[in-house]
Amino acid sequence: MSGHSSFEPNNAFLKWFEQRLPILGLLKASFVDYPTPRNLNYWWTFGGILSFMLAVQIVTGIVLVMHYTPHVDHAFNSVEMLMRDVNYGWLLRYLHANGASMFFVAVYIHMFRGLYYGSYKAPREILWILGVIIYLLMMATGFLGYTLPWGQMSYWGATVITNFFSAFPLVGEPLVTWLWGGYAIGNPTLQRFFSLHYLLPFVIAGVVVLHVWALHVSGQNNPAGVEPKTPKDTVPFTPYATVKDAFFMVVFCLLYAWFVFYIPNYLGHADNYIPANPGVTPAHIVPEWYYLPFYAILRAIPNKLLGVLALFGSIIILAFLPWLDTSRVKSARYRPLYRIFFWVFVVVCLGLGWLGSKPAEGGYVTAARVLTFWYFFHFIVLLPVLGFVEKTKPLPNSISESVLKGKKVVASLLVALLVGVAAIAGGHSSASAAEGAPQPPRQKWTFSGPFGTFDRAQLQRGFKVYREVCQACHSLSLVALRNLAEPGGPEFSRAQAEAVAAEYKVKDGPNDQGEMFERDGRLADRFPPTFANEQAARAANGGAYPPDLSVIAKARTYERGFPWFLIDIVSQYQENGPDYIVALLEGYEDPPAGFQLPEGSNYNKYFPGHAIGMPQPLQDGQIEYADGTPATLHNYAKDVTAFLMWTAEPHMEARKRIGFQVMIFLIVLAGLMYFTKKKVWHEVEKPREIATGQDPKATSM
Amino acid sequence: MTTVSSAEPTRRDFLYIATGAVAAIGGAATLVPLIAQMNPDASTIAAGAPVEIDLAPIADGQMIKVFWRSKPIFIFHRSKKDIDEARAVNVASLPDPQPDQARVKEGHDQWLIVIGICTHLGCIPLARQGAYDGWFCPCHGSVYDTSGRIRQGPAPTNLVIPPYAFTSDTKIQIG
Repeated sequence: MSGHSSFEPNNAFLKWFEQRLPILGLLKASFVDYPTPRNLNYWWTFGGILSFMLAVQIVTGIVLVMHYTPHVDHAFNSVEMLMRDVNYGWLLRYLHANGASMFFVAVYIHMFRGLYYGSYKAPREILWILGVIIYLLMMATGFLGYTLPWGQMSYWGATVITNFFSAFPLVGEPLVTWLWGGYAIGNPTLQRFFSLHYLLPFVIAGVVVLHVWALHVSGQNNPAGVEPKTPKDTVPFTPYATVKDAFFMVVFCLLYAWFVFYIPNYLGHADNYIPANPGVTPAHIVPEWYYLPFYAILRAIPNKLLGVLALFGSIIILAFLPWLDTSRVKSARYRPLYRIFFWVFVVVCLGLGWLGSKPAEGGYVTAARVLTFWYFFHFIVLLPVLGFVEKTKPLPNSISESVLKGKKVVASLLVALLVGVAAIAGGHSSASAAEGAPQPPRQKWTFSGPFGTFDRAQLQRGFKVYREVCQACHSLSLVALRNLAEPGGPEFSRAQAEAVAAEYKVKDGPNDQGEMFERDGRLADRFPPTFANEQAARAANGGAYPPDLSVIAKARTYERGFPWFLIDIVSQYQENGPDYIVALLEGYEDPPAGFQLPEGSNYNKYFPGHAIGMPQPLQDGQIEYADGTPATLHNYAKDVTAFLMWTAEPHMEARKRIGFQVMIFLIVLAGLMYFTKKKVWHEVEKPREIATGQDPKATSM
Repeated sequence: MTTVSSAEPTRRDFLYIATGAVAAIGGAATLVPLIAQMNPDASTIAAGAPVEIDLAPIADGQMIKVFWRSKPIFIFHRSKKDIDEARAVNVASLPDPQPDQARVKEGHDQWLIVIGICTHLGCIPLARQGAYDGWFCPCHGSVYDTSGRIRQGPAPTNLVIPPYAFTSDTKIQIG
C-alpha cells in the first residue's frame, strides 16, 4: 500500500511464494513497517478496537445463527433456548448484544476524534467518506439485528423505522410494502432482515479494507495535525502502534466485560423480553441508544417528510464535512474557537441523545428543536465561517517539535469514556412501568451484585408459591422440569424433580391409533401450558391474558430516573424487574376517591394505569411453608419473585462467576500490556537521554 | 524512524514472554465457549433419555423400527428358522466374528435389537432383503444376516447393539 515492499524472505519456499503472490510483503508493509506518527495518543487506538469489535460481532454472530430460527413462530423461543440450553449460549448472545453497543461506543469516539483533530481534511477526504459509509452500514446492521429476537421492541422498532420510507411521496407506500413483503411486518420481513443482517457485516469488512487502504495511502493524521516530514516524526507500526492498540483494547474489553457479565440487559429494553405482538404497541417506543440523537431530530420536526429528510440529512451531511470546514488548520489544538464549538457540538449530540429517549411532548420537543437547529447550524454555517474568521495558533514545525510540548491525554480519555458511557446510559433510561406510578421500594436480594447467588431455600419456597397459586393462570413455557434439579437454581434432588414432573400431565402423541394422549411429565419436558391457547386463557380470565412468567422478571422494569440510572452502571443494580414484581404483588389497595375503576379490574398502586385485571393473588397465611419461614404476603411475594428471577436468568450464577474470572484476567493482562507498552516505547519517549547515555532507567532496568 | 537500542535484554524479554503467554491463555480460553456451543445442548441431551418399548404386539417374524436418540432401532422378532440360520454359520468365517448368542439377551433369543444404521457410511439397510434374510443396504451393497452380522460388502462391522435391558418378558428399555 505504501509502494512496493522491501520484503525479502530468506526461506526458499517463501521467496518462491512471494514472487507469485506478494501478500506477506503487503502485510509487512501495511502492519509492520508502516510508519505511524510518533505522537498519536490513545484516541487513535479506537481504529484497532473497531476492527476487533467487528471481528467479535462476526464470530459471535456466526455462532448465534447456528441456534437461531428466523421464523415469527420460533424466533423468540429459539433465542431463549439459546440462552437456556446451549452450552455458553447466554454468554455468546450477551457478547453479541452488548458487542453492538460497544461497537457504537468505539465508533462514536473514533468519529469525534476525527472531528476534533480534523482528520477529514485533505488529503483524507475519501478516507473520511468511507468511514461515513461504514457508519451508515453499521446503523443498518444494528437495526436489522435488533429485529431478530422478535420481541415487542424488535417488532415495533422495525415498524417505525421501515415507515420512514412511507414519508416519500408517490413511491413511499409501495416501497414500504416491498420492504415488508406483505401488508405489515411479518415472516417475510423477518427472513429478509435476517439474510441482510448476515450479509452486511461482510460488506462492512470490505469497506473497512478500503478504509484502511485509503488510510495507508495518505498516512495517519495526528494530534498536531501537521504531516510527518522526516523519519524522526514516525515510528514503525509494529511494535509501537501494535502494542499501544493492544493495551488499550484490553482496557476497552474491561468495559465490555463489565456490561456482558454484570449488567447484560442494561442497554436493552425490558419490552424486548415480551414476544412480538402485532396487536399492541408498547407505551413508549425508543430505538437503541445509538440511534437516539437521530430519533430526536426526526421527532423535532413536525412534518413527516421533512422529519425523515432531516434524519437522513443529519448523517449524510457528515460526508460533506471535508468541504464544509474551510479552515486549513487540522487540529483543534491550534483552533481556539473551533475547539469551543467542538465541545458545544458534543454536548448538543449528547443532549439530542437524551431527548430521543424522552417522550415527544412539551419542553422536550422545544429543546430537541433548538438542538436540531444547532446540529445543522454547526455544519452549514459555523464550520464554513469559522475558517475565515478564526485566528489560529501557530503550528509546530514538525511532529517531533510538538511532542516536546505534548501533554498526556490518558486521564482526559478515561474521563471522556466514562462520560460517554454515562451519556449512552441516559439514552436508554426509558421504562414501561412508569406513567404516574410510584417507585417500587427496593428489596434486598441474595442474587444482586457481582457475587450474588440464589438462595436455594427461597427458590424452592418460590416454586411452591408458583405451583399452588400463580400456576392456575400463568404458564412457564420456556422452563424445563429438568431445570429444577440443575445447579444454579432451586437445586431439588433428581428424585424430587422427577416426582414434581410426574405430577404434571403432558400432551403427547399421536399414538399408533393416531390419537393424542396424556402422559406423566418427565424431566425432559417443559412446564405444560396452563391453557391450550390465548383465547382459552382470556375466556377463563374475564378477557385478560395472564402472561407467561418464564422471563417476566426481565420483561418488567420501572423508570429509575436521573441520576440513578448512571449509578446503576457502577452499582450493578439489575433488580428493577424483581422489585417491581414484589411491589405489584403487595400493591393492591382500595382505589382513591374519584378513581374510576373499570368493571372487572382491581386497583394496584404500582401497575401502570392502576387498573389491573388480576385480583390480588397472594394473602397472608395462604400457603404453608415447611421450613418455618413466616407465611406472610411479603415473604410469598419475595420468594416467588426470586424464583421467577431464576427462571428468567437460569445461568446467572455461572455468568457472575465467569465474569469475575474474566475481570481478574483482563486486569492482569492490562497491567502486563501497560508495562510492555512502556518498555517498547521507552526508547522513543526518552530519545535524548538514550542518545547521551544519561537515562537512569536505561541502565538500571 | 527511531531505532531501538537494547539494554539488558533478559528482564525485558521476560516481560514480553509473560504478556504474550497471558494473552495466549486468554485467546485459548475464548475458544472454549465457541467450540462447546456446537456440542448437543441440554434439551437434546435430556431428550436422549431411555425409552420403553412394548414388544407384545410384534408378531413372530415381524420387524419394527423405533427411534432412540434420533437413531432408528430395529426390533426383530425372529422366527425359529431365523435363529437357526444365524446359529448354523461358522463364526470364524465371518468378517466380524461374533456368535449369535452374544448378540441377544439370554432367554430372549427371538429378540434381536440393533441400531438400524449400516456400519459402512450410515445409510439405513432394507429389511428382509439380501442373500441372508437379514438386511441389505442399498447405498453400497452391504448384506447383513438374521443376527445383524455383516456377511458381504464394504461394511466393516456388524450392526451395533444399543444398550438395552428387558424390564419384563414383553418390555425393553433402550438407553
